[in-house]
Amino acid sequence: MTTLQTAPEKAETVVRREALYFAFRNPKLLGGLAVVLILLAVGIFGPILDSGDPFAYSFTDAIQSPSGKHWFGTTTFGQDVFTQFVAGLRTTFEVGALGGGLTAIIGMVIGFVAGYRGGMIDEILNMLTNIVLVLPALAVLLIVNAYLGVRSVGMQALFIGLTSWPWVARAVRAQTFSLRTRDFVDLARLSAVPTRKIILREIAPNMSSYLFMTFILCFGGSILIASSLDFIGLGPTQGVSLGLMLQNAHQWSALTLGMWWWFIPPGAGITLIVGALYVANVGLDEVFNPKLRET
Amino acid sequence: MLSLADVSKVYRVGAFGGKTMTAVDGVTFDVDQGQVVSLIGESGSGKSTIGRMILGLTAITKGSITFDGAPVRPGADYYRKVQGVFQDPFSCYNPVFKIDHMFQLIRQIRPYTQEKLEESISSVRLEPGQVLGKYPHQLSGGQLQRLLIARALLLDIRLLVADEITSMLDASTRIDVLNLLVDLKARGLGVLYITHDLSLGNYLAERTVVLRRGVVVEMGPTEKVFEDPLHPYTRQLLAAVPRLHAPWEDARPAGCGVHSDVQPDPDHYVACSCEKEPE
Repeated sequence: MTTLQTAPEKAETVVRREALYFAFRNPKLLGGLAVVLILLAVGIFGPILDSGDPFAYSFTDAIQSPSGKHWFGTTTFGQDVFTQFVAGLRTTFEVGALGGGLTAIIGMVIGFVAGYRGGMIDEILNMLTNIVLVLPALAVLLIVNAYLGVRSVGMQALFIGLTSWPWVARAVRAQTFSLRTRDFVDLARLSAVPTRKIILREIAPNMSSYLFMTFILCFGGSILIASSLDFIGLGPTQGVSLGLMLQNAHQWSALTLGMWWWFIPPGAGITLIVGALYVANVGLDEVFNPKLRET
Repeated sequence: MLSLADVSKVYRVGAFGGKTMTAVDGVTFDVDQGQVVSLIGESGSGKSTIGRMILGLTAITKGSITFDGAPVRPGADYYRKVQGVFQDPFSCYNPVFKIDHMFQLIRQIRPYTQEKLEESISSVRLEPGQVLGKYPHQLSGGQLQRLLIARALLLDIRLLVADEITSMLDASTRIDVLNLLVDLKARGLGVLYITHDLSLGNYLAERTVVLRRGVVVEMGPTEKVFEDPLHPYTRQLLAAVPRLHAPWEDARPAGCGVHSDVQPDPDHYVACSCEKEPE
């Protein structure tokens, strides 16, 4: 009976351990995460290898193809592309984490409240969701930009977070709607469990895989949106990001001049991060959904 | 103990709650200690809504529900005394957790020892070692349903709202669960047994309340309601019970039989059947 007495406390740990067991045996998840982590490590530890200023001009070193001195070559102004790439990776991960995190949090809070409460609160939140959904985000950004002199990474992430949450909210709301009618939610209410705990401990664990995947997709999506904004010149006014590098390469005709080393690293960086996150996402789906497990 | 007085529930439906739908209309009855009251009605008659209102899961639109003279206030105090068991045992357990999780939840409203937990599981004729630490999908519907009753027992409740608790069980398990309810009654618990199955209501209950479209049509001691049904709807219900080797009786409501001012017996209420049929 001693084993039985400790059983209640262990119930949640077992679920987690089972997920970890399959996670460590899923090549898609491991491969995807490995690529993302390597790029993250380059962003974090890169400055140790190459502590130069990403904007330092050097007319003697202008337009150099990749070499031992300049790993990724140099720009028209002699700026080191690798130094810019490392700094750009940092910014890109920052935007991904902040923008993606904000998107996921706003979407989940609104989705859970609307789905669980229902009624008038749901009607109002749903209307708000639909309004934000149909806002032309780019036009709004142009207007916002006209009023804000300084554009920072934080502002960009805030903007992405405030405009991309509706899809998350809609999906979470729909799922919560279906789960809240299940009797175990009523039973939790009959156990005097407060609403916040019912949502977090009874409903959310049933969709934990979905919520986790939502964050990953928001992370990737946020990087893509930020890169597009940077590319059309609506990015941060200070600093460097992968999208800004692409914009500079485009502006200074890198493609026509055959300076492939200027635009391929940032392009490949964005593609690798987002692609790897999506592959990891497919892997996660297999980890959490027993029907998709191949083992 | 439990008393419903002129209880109604009106749902707001449609966009922004523009329309209304009356699910329960002016229902009045009592459940006393050690008494099983069966609430009988067809699907959509509002019987589950009444159960949910008693449990504080659905708000009342009009009227009052009191327990020991005090209005129902959902919370730890009330749920120590009144609990519910629902129709679908598989839906009552969170599928991602082991069944112990459900017992864990009630710890905050009434702390219990491991011995008490095992005792209440044994009292619903289950072996604690065989059910604790299992996932809901690893147990049968009957086992899950009995564990829900064990949960209620662990709380030392005084009233159980049993909402169609046997309709998803096979015949032999069903009789086990029903006998459990008889045990509960012997312990002095009040039971509101919500069902659409007349024979089960007859088996258990002292009093029967027949509900139709949210309105009580007949109410009284079970033997009176079953042996001498006065309302045409009750007669129709009783005639619809399948019997072995007996031809089907077609008992349509025979028009106006009883009027509200003619009550045959103060303990045997019957509604006026002159009501206009809804379109």
